[in-house]
Amino acid sequence: MNSKIVDALKSRFGDQTVEATEFRDELTVVVPTEKIVEVCRFLRDDPALKFDLLADLCGLDMYTPVKRFAVVYNLYSLSHKHRIRLKIFTEEEDPKVPTVTGIWGTANWHERETYDMFGIVFEGHPDLRRVYMPDEFEHHPLRKDFPLMGIPGSLPLPKK
Amino acid sequence: MEPRSEDVSRKSRILQALEDQNTSVSFEDALENDMILNMGPQHPATHGVLRLLIRLDGETVVGCVPEVGYLHRGYEKLAESSTFHEFIPHTDRLDYLSPLNNNTAYALAVEKLLGIEAPPRAQYLRVMISELARISSHLMFLGSLAMDVGALTVWMWAFREREKQYDIFENIAGARFTTSYTRIGGLAQDVLPETLAMVKKFVDELPGHLKECEKLLNTNRIFLERTDGIGVIPPEQAIDLGLTGPGLRACGVEHDLRKANPYLVYNNLDFDVPVYSGGDALARYYVRMDEMRESIKLIQQVLQKLPAGDVHAFKPKKVLPRKERVYTKMEELIHDFMIVNFGIEPPVGEIYSAVEAPKGELGFYIYSNGEGYPWRLKIRSPSFSNLQSLTTMMMGCMISDVVAIIASLDPVMGEADK
Repeated sequence: MNSKIVDALKSRFGDQTVEATEFRDELTVVVPTEKIVEVCRFLRDDPALKFDLLADLCGLDMYTPVKRFAVVYNLYSLSHKHRIRLKIFTEEEDPKVPTVTGIWGTANWHERETYDMFGIVFEGHPDLRRVYMPDEFEHHPLRKDFPLMGIPGSLPLPKK
Repeated sequence: MEPRSEDVSRKSRILQALEDQNTSVSFEDALENDMILNMGPQHPATHGVLRLLIRLDGETVVGCVPEVGYLHRGYEKLAESSTFHEFIPHTDRLDYLSPLNNNTAYALAVEKLLGIEAPPRAQYLRVMISELARISSHLMFLGSLAMDVGALTVWMWAFREREKQYDIFENIAGARFTTSYTRIGGLAQDVLPETLAMVKKFVDELPGHLKECEKLLNTNRIFLERTDGIGVIPPEQAIDLGLTGPGLRACGVEHDLRKANPYLVYNNLDFDVPVYSGGDALARYYVRMDEMRESIKLIQQVLQKLPAGDVHAFKPKKVLPRKERVYTKMEELIHDFMIVNFGIEPPVGEIYSAVEAPKGELGFYIYSNGEGYPWRLKIRSPSFSNLQSLTTMMMGCMISDVVAIIASLDPVMGEADK
């Protein structure tokens, strides 16, 4: 099944844009960041693929000088029962990726969470607020350069 | 700001009517009585620290913004600095109504990453504990839904049954609530024959008790009027908003990961997936009641088919060795030391493993760079995704239905906030 999905993607978007790897029978496809909305819409609407459920969307901090952040989309098809993982990369400076809220409504909170935890801005998101941390918090806790113990003074405490 | 002219004229008309003592005055549009109601985070009916901002027109809900994050403990950050084994106790605290299910889901995810499998007895026992946890979670749902719409007896009865389950969990795992029962590659310890007898007694008696509860609810006019047609969500919208689990099956979508992508030994066992088409709170109640009976069926089959053997895979360097071997064998002592101190050495790669938890799809996405700690561990918690559909369900309902809808969705904030 995985090879069929890759073939469908390659015939639609070209061999160069789609970079597929397999691990434990799971398909991971890296696509160019600017193409993500197009790819997602194709995967959802193509009747042979029909990835109608966005199971999960999350950020990933690779902690590398280039392509530091990744956004990972775990898609599932309720009718065909197959999965695919999409991955896009963005840079450390001014990380911005297009939103997929127009394709799956559930992306709304997941993108907010990714923004909250990694500071990745989803362009075109209808309501990009923090979801877990307080609004006035300045850092992004799941970044690798955020210490496990937290940053002293980053959360205001009551005065003595 | 200048008052709008129609406001002025309406006010003067009201004043004039009051002066004339005229009670038959009527207005084209309702008085402006939009109100913002803040519910939570400390509210008994929100099942934890869920906060809702509700916009009301009279008693009708015209807008709702759920706010989460009051129980955020940063488990994903903690996971990055704890070994795969060290993270198991944290999974108890996700969906704290069914910790055994989370333990199983996490162990399965790490095992998928490592490319190992638990022995058959452990797999059967994992099915048993997962289904017990599902019953425990659904009993909690049953009690809280009934209580939120005013039937307190069912709450007591459901908790009486859950109490028996906690005794079973205590015998299985040594703890009632925070079980931490699974290990990577197996289970912490085997189940005693007495415990299996307890489980058998429990599942044999439960259908009768469920019937008792149903007698109080299924033909109860108050219960039906409070749930029938309340909190409706159409299937297309439910899928779009990422609703999974009983909520999705109540919309007529037959999706259950136990059937769709079988894990453990679910394909050796016979069970049905209950589906209802109402998409309302009542359908969600029916689905869960039927699921409990399916879980009972599954547990009875497990008790019959349970194979003998070890509950721990023998995979040196991947699975913690048994304690008696650690104390007697040099090699096992070294492996134990290495696994405890530096963690298991997984291959480089990324996996996503999901199970059908009581609330929906519970998934773990693990990105490993070959070290003993996960580089990234993402928890796909069903409650977080399910809560997004709350706004759609609440549109146009009455303020008194809000608690019934939350109860019918059955969110657990420990899981939604991670």
